[in-house]
Amino acid sequence: MKKYYQPEIETASREDIIKIQNEKIVKQVQHVYDCVPYYRNLMDQKGVRPEDIRSIEDIKKLPFLTKDDLRDSYPHGLLGTDLKNCVRIHSTSGTTGKRVVAFYTQKDVDMWEECCARAIVAAGGTDEDICQVCYGYGLFTGGFGLHGGSHKVGCLTLPMSSGNTDRQIQFMMDMGATILCCTPSYAAYIGESLAERGYKPEDNKLKAGIFGAEPWTEEMRRSIEKSLGIKAYDIYGLTEISGPGVAYECQAQKGMHINEDHFYVEVINPETGEVLPEGEKGELVFTSLDKEGFPLLRYRTKDICILSRDKCPCGRTHVRMTKPLGRSDDMMVIRGVNVFPSQIETVLLNAGYTPNYQIVVDRVNNTDTFDVFIEFPKEMFSDKISEMQKREQDLKTAMKSMLGISPKIHLMAPKTIQRSEGKAVRVVDKRKLHE
Amino acid sequence: MAITQLSAFLENTPGTLCSAVEVITEAGVNIRALSVAETKSFGILRIIVSDIEKTKEALGQYTIIKETPVVVVKMNDQAGSLKMILDVLKKADVNIEYVYAFTAAIHGSAYVVFRVDDVEGAEKILGQNGIKTLSDDDMADFL
Ligand SMILES: [Zn+2]
Repeated sequence: MKKYYQPEIETASREDIIKIQNEKIVKQVQHVYDCVPYYRNLMDQKGVRPEDIRSIEDIKKLPFLTKDDLRDSYPHGLLGTDLKNCVRIHSTSGTTGKRVVAFYTQKDVDMWEECCARAIVAAGGTDEDICQVCYGYGLFTGGFGLHGGSHKVGCLTLPMSSGNTDRQIQFMMDMGATILCCTPSYAAYIGESLAERGYKPEDNKLKAGIFGAEPWTEEMRRSIEKSLGIKAYDIYGLTEISGPGVAYECQAQKGMHINEDHFYVEVINPETGEVLPEGEKGELVFTSLDKEGFPLLRYRTKDICILSRDKCPCGRTHVRMTKPLGRSDDMMVIRGVNVFPSQIETVLLNAGYTPNYQIVVDRVNNTDTFDVFIEFPKEMFSDKISEMQKREQDLKTAMKSMLGISPKIHLMAPKTIQRSEGKAVRVVDKRKLHE
Repeated sequence: MAITQLSAFLENTPGTLCSAVEVITEAGVNIRALSVAETKSFGILRIIVSDIEKTKEALGQYTIIKETPVVVVKMNDQAGSLKMILDVLKKADVNIEYVYAFTAAIHGSAYVVFRVDDVEGAEKILGQNGIKTLSDDDMADFL
């Protein structure tokens, strides 16, 4: 079985990767300076000239790009080539509702699909596999990314797109799909649906799943693996940088290898912008080393991660990132621990709760208090105290394992958590009142 | 057979039980039996009422309501009758999740509510031992 899609690059020595990055960054910065007036302005303001960038080390001198820049330059301000050279756009509304539109040349699409192909091969995929893609096809990058990767590997591709679970299951069973690509929550749902229809995990031919586009936990991974009888792999990406496949998991299932020959990664202190050493938790920053249509330099993702260069048993040499641990713009420090509302949300969603919650932080006698109010879902209610206590305990355990500290949990009736303009108020930090 | 019990989720904040009872009463519904189970962080109200639909409508606006069939037995006014019932259920391996009792002034009798997983089975066993269980229709006679 083929272990790597592009072995020479996936297992290249550190020196070789740096050499590739050095060559690409010099060209890319010159190209962006010449072709993207928006970024040229940012560089001029910072007093950086393209010739100041002589190796990847010099990347620190470049200005950051943020989501605000993407919004301000919408729609064509960060385009890196003539529109006539572009063959596709993808778009995302993003989590904050601001639309991002990214442009792709054919070379960009090929590179992106190769990244997805690496992910599929890393999950054990070969040209003998039948790959069922149930990410949405359309402006969203999920469907087309894995679809293209599946073609490149030579899998028989089932372009299912999202939804219609009956049809998904029918094709999965009749065509004998061996690899499933979708969001982790949909994978969990398919697992439940198969069980409801009387199928056992061994009744399907699936061997692996490639799941991404939303946060999920290790508990969820184990439960999906059990319900579908597969190994479940994480995949990471963002439309701004290309789409899924910026990073992907290998058989070791210990973090995602970042495709460093295409994407240069930095981890920074979100407050100061200072680049942090390997192993420290901070905001992920990506630079597209060879994108043509939408060549973003030092794009701040707001995803908080940790990088590791520890040797991976799979033989790949590219750096690994953890799952995003949170978002930089909503980080709180409680009793000295970094806590992100998104972590709490992940726990709730994985445990079948609604994402209606409120975090209340206060300071009493110089100690932080940490309360989480959670709307208890109707479907989980039982008249048996033992079952209710078990649900509460499971939730407490999951919170502790995700956050590292234990909040006081308050179970509330549905629709009782305060909302402003229809959206729940997620964080009430009363400590600020005392300052 | 069986009686329909309603259970409601109670937040552990002061006055939730009081307001729940108030809501039911204001809807013109009589509470025939009531029991509360609670932990440090929440409570479960279990009630048998004169009008299930009205209660669901009124209280359902505020919290989660669930219907559960329970076994209700009229107790004979003699020593050891509860023990006799429990023995019958134990012999048949019926697992009792919880139990509570109520009296009906007009009838001058005591009633015991059993929450079991297999309601039908429990009622059958009780019936075979000459113990009568009540239905929603029987409950309609209570005031
Ligand atoms: Zn690896």
